[in-house]
Formats: sequence, C-alpha cells, structure tokens
Amino acid sequence: MKILKTLLVTAAISVAMMATAQAETKKIALVVKALGIGFFEAANKGAQEAAKELGDVEVIYTGPTTTTAEGQIEVINSLIAQKVDAIAVSANDTNALVPALKKAMDRGIKVISWDSGVAPEGRLMHLNPSSNPLIGNMIIKLAADNLPEGGDVAVLSATATSTNQNVWIEEMNKVLGNYKGINVVATVYGDDLADKSYRETQGLIQSHPNLKAIIAPTSVGIVAAAQAVTDAGKIGQINVTGLGLPSEMAGHVKSGASKSFAIWNPIDLGYSATMIANDLIGGAEAKPGAELKMGRMGTVKLDDKNEGAMADPFVYDASNVEEFAKIF
Amino acid sequence: MADVQTIARHIPDRLESRGARLIKSWETLLVAVALAIFLVNSFASPYFLDPWNLSDATFNFTEKAMIAFAMALVIISGEIDLSVASIIALTSTVMGYAVQLGFDTPALVLIGLTTGLLCGAFNGLLVTGLALPSIVVTIGTMSLFRGLSFLILGDQAFTGYPASFSWFGQGYVWWVFSFEFCLFVALAVIYGIVLHKTNFGRAVYAIGNNQTAALFSGVRVGRVKFVLFLLTGLMAAIASICLTARLGSTRPSIALGWELEVVTMVVLGGVNILGGSGTIPGVVLAALIMGMVTFGFGLLNVPGIVMSIFIGLLLISVIALPILYRRFRGRRSH
Repeated sequence: MKILKTLLVTAAISVAMMATAQAETKKIALVVKALGIGFFEAANKGAQEAAKELGDVEVIYTGPTTTTAEGQIEVINSLIAQKVDAIAVSANDTNALVPALKKAMDRGIKVISWDSGVAPEGRLMHLNPSSNPLIGNMIIKLAADNLPEGGDVAVLSATATSTNQNVWIEEMNKVLGNYKGINVVATVYGDDLADKSYRETQGLIQSHPNLKAIIAPTSVGIVAAAQAVTDAGKIGQINVTGLGLPSEMAGHVKSGASKSFAIWNPIDLGYSATMIANDLIGGAEAKPGAELKMGRMGTVKLDDKNEGAMADPFVYDASNVEEFAKIF
Repeated sequence: MADVQTIARHIPDRLESRGARLIKSWETLLVAVALAIFLVNSFASPYFLDPWNLSDATFNFTEKAMIAFAMALVIISGEIDLSVASIIALTSTVMGYAVQLGFDTPALVLIGLTTGLLCGAFNGLLVTGLALPSIVVTIGTMSLFRGLSFLILGDQAFTGYPASFSWFGQGYVWWVFSFEFCLFVALAVIYGIVLHKTNFGRAVYAIGNNQTAALFSGVRVGRVKFVLFLLTGLMAAIASICLTARLGSTRPSIALGWELEVVTMVVLGGVNILGGSGTIPGVVLAALIMGMVTFGFGLLNVPGIVMSIFIGLLLISVIALPILYRRFRGRRSH
C-alpha cells in the first residue's frame, strides 16, 4: 500500500513538473532517417547548439533504427502524441510521410523538412543544404582559388545523364567568365564507378599535359581522381577538387593531392533547421518570398515552392578535414 | 484415489483443474506483462492515457497483427512463410500500377486481394506440390516478389491513390476506432473461431504435432497446407491495402523487414516455433504488448535500438521463464 502511495505521489509530481516545464520550453523534434549515422549525429550537435543559444528550446533528437518510412511514421505519431511544437524531418520517403505529417500540422505542429525533402503538401518549408547555382560556383571557385595565374582544368563527372551533376556543371559554366584565365578543357564521365573514374582520370592526365586541376562534383569521382593523380606522381602539379566526403578525402588532403573540397556541413544544417522551426513557432509564416531567421547562418529566402537554400557548400581543407572525417 | 478397489479407474483428460491451467497458462503471463507495461507507460508519460493517442498507437501493430494471425496457423502446422513482407510490396506495387491505369477503389481492392492470393498459391504449390521445405521456398519468394516490385518501380514511387482508397488506412469507423483496428478485432475473432472451434483448426494442430499420423488419420495434409499459404497471401494483401492507404504511396522498400516482426509477434504469443501448439488470444496479446512497448518508448523518446533490445529480451525471457519454472519444479519433486 505504501509503495503504491509513493508511486502515485511520484507520478503526480513528475506530471506536474512536466506540465510546468512544458509551459516554459518549446519542444522541437529533429527526426532523422535513422539513428546511428554520423551525418545525423553531427546535425544533432548543431541542433543542440541552436537550443542552447535560444535558451527556451528543447531539442528531441529521434528517428527509426532502419531507414524506413514506416519507422519514421511511428516516430512522428509519438511526437504528435507528445504535442511537440515543431518537427524538422529528413525524410526516408518523399510521399509516404505526407499523411502523418499532415495530421501533425492539423494539430498545430510546425513541420519542416531538411536535407531530404517531403512533398510540398506535407510540410511548411524545405531547407536545402545549398542550391545548384551556389554549388556550381563553389566547384569552379575551389579550382580557381589555387590558380592565381589561370590554367587548364577538366571535369570528371558521374554519368552523362545524372541530373545533379549536369545541373551543377551547367551552373558552373554560367559563372566561368568570372574566373579569368581558367579554361575547362574537357568533361569526362566516370559513371560513379571507382575503376572507370580512375581510368578516365589517367586519360585526362595523358592527353592534357598542362592540366592544373580536376573538378569532380561526385564523391566517388573525387576519391578516384585523387588516387589516380597520386599514382601518376602528379601531386603538386594537378589539384583535385569538387564535392566529397571528409572521411574519404582526409588522406588525400593530407598527401596534397587535394588542397580543398566542399560538401554541406551537417552541423550547420541541424542548427539552421532548429532555428527555422523556432522562427515558425514564434509566428513567422512560411510562404514564397518569406525570409526566415537562421541565427548565425543569416536568413533563408523561400522560393515559389517554399524551398530555401542554407548556404554555400562548406569548404574542407587541411585545417578542418581531420575533425570532420570523424563525423561523416 | 481413496477407492483403490474399484475396477474401472478414472483417467482424467488433463492432470490439472481448469482453474490451475488458466493461472499457469502462457496467456495469463502475457496478460500480466501487458498490464504491467500499460501501468508503467501510464505513469511514465502524461500523454499515454489519451484516447486519440492510443488510437494513433494502434497503427503500430494492426497491419502486422493481421498477418500474424495467418502466420500463427502456418507455424502451428510446422511450416513458415517468410515472404509476407515481400507480398505486401508486390501487392502494393500492382495496385499502384492499376492506379496509373485509372482503376478506382473497388477494383484496386480486388486487384490487391487477387495478387496476394496468387503469391500465396505460388508458395503453397511449391511447398505442397513439390514437397519443398517452406523456409527455403519462402526465402526464395521473399527475394522474388520484392525483386519484381523493384523491377516495376525502380527508384520511383506510385502515388495518386483515390481519396476513397485512403479510408482503409486513415478512416475511422466510430469515434477513435479506426477501420484498421476494427478489422484487426474482427479478424482476431474469425481466426480464433477457425483455429479453436473448427475441424480445419484441429487438422492444423494435428499436422503440426505429427504430420504422418495426421495423414494416416485421414487429414488431407497437402490441401490444408495449401490453404494456409493462401491465407498468409490473403492477409498480406489485406495488410498491404491498409498500409498503402495509410502511406498514400508505394515504394519497393515498403514494409521492409516486417516478416521477422510478424514471426516475433507469433512466437511471443506463445506459438511453438516447431509447430503443434499456440493460440490466437496469445497472438492478440503479443500484438498489443509490442504495440504498447513501441508507443510507450516512443513517447519517452527512447532510441529505437533500445526498443529492439527490449523486444528481444522480452522474447527470450517470456520463452525462458516457463521452461525454467518447469525445470525448477521438476528438480524439487525428486
């Protein structure tokens, strides 16, 4: 009997405490594709940073164990039940989450997607880590920054039909005029296969003796190209750059085959998603043309599909690649 | 025992009284576990005891439980069907394809059920016709059915299901009782009657306990098994209709890994994995337990991996406890 009484009292107190805590703090849920992935753990780090900065925000970092839509829906249902104030989700499925997220929005929860988006009817806005023009500009800038006198550069892409790479290269060509003396002499396709990318790079090195840089806007290509340059003994002569993962590129940055490369920064992404969610809870409206606050990352402007780009891709070089290699 | 002299000795059907059996039964243990989880959840989270929240939580298990009923029968008969999740994927894909061709809800349901039955019939034919072990056959069809789904869809998704179709996954019959939950209850009753009150049910137990004896007793083993595989196919199709309606879209990765969750549910429900014993009430309780644990842990934002560990421990302990109890009792009586 006594035990039961103690239990009841404890429960009552904890309920009361939760109720008061609820009135003070805003609960923002960061839902990821699956737990235990370095990229998302880093995003959580950024989200916690944002919560600390805001003071009155509690970040709930959660997600399923496997990257399934069904698992994420179970998580979203339990978040709706907890009456969180906002859900920021990196979706496992563009469409399948829509009914669950619609229900969340019906109950007054602010829903945004980040990294991997949800169909427009299932969210208020989507935060892209970057935008095609920003990426196109960044990859040529990375090559040009190390070539003050200009020179020949070549592009090693994925497949000739891959949408992302083609758009980025197109955007790159648009701004090529801003970089004096840089000539793009060739574009080859490694099909996102390590061995084909390696052979295509060897071909580039042989047919263009004055080649100064190789731009590979693909994480498979950039590693293969750096390896081919290393094996050909051209370190210092040819700089490999583009988009890659820190964990795969750390060695090549150390050896000098790649002076720098870019990719999104997951910490900034988690931070910005939390800041935007907080801004929406505070009454900001997500509509085309609106500008939402992202704390130290500035503001994000929404396009006609309520999507926004966070920032330039983040540059990794010898000063920070080791640190991020541990994350993703 | 007092009148030893009597000639005709009474041999009881069962050694224990009805009451004693009930107290020691698996189902009682499960009820206790379910109540404990319910209580802990109610105390641990202020959001647990809310009719709408509990209603949302039922979606965590209803679809899997529907398949678990048919799976229980298959496992009691000494077979297994590991292709159920893939049947969900293929059924959903075929229905999605039919949507693109302009079919409406009644036709979609019919197409879905037919696809599931065909998949079940294929499994059944291989197991009974060619006398292949069901675990091998269904591991094969598990890859085959989902492979077909990938072949049709690739990395695309089928969307655009008619609004009336979504009722199967998102509609409510009355107040907080969703269509899925009501269907779950109705199917539980039907399967309970089929397994425990019909000749067919007795035949399933007979086959699971001793297939040869069942055969010589006049049970048409092949036909019963074929029907069981038809049933898992049909139930997977029904689950697929509910799940597809709930998600509003189809991807080839739909319901990935569900076959093991369904088998877990069945085994936790007290069905002997080697066949021969088990009950439908047990499976219902196991479904409720798994649903409540998932939801309760979700409310406390416990990471999913802890949930898997808990279900694993629950499974092992619920299976080990009665065995340990029997051992302990057996040793004491010597």
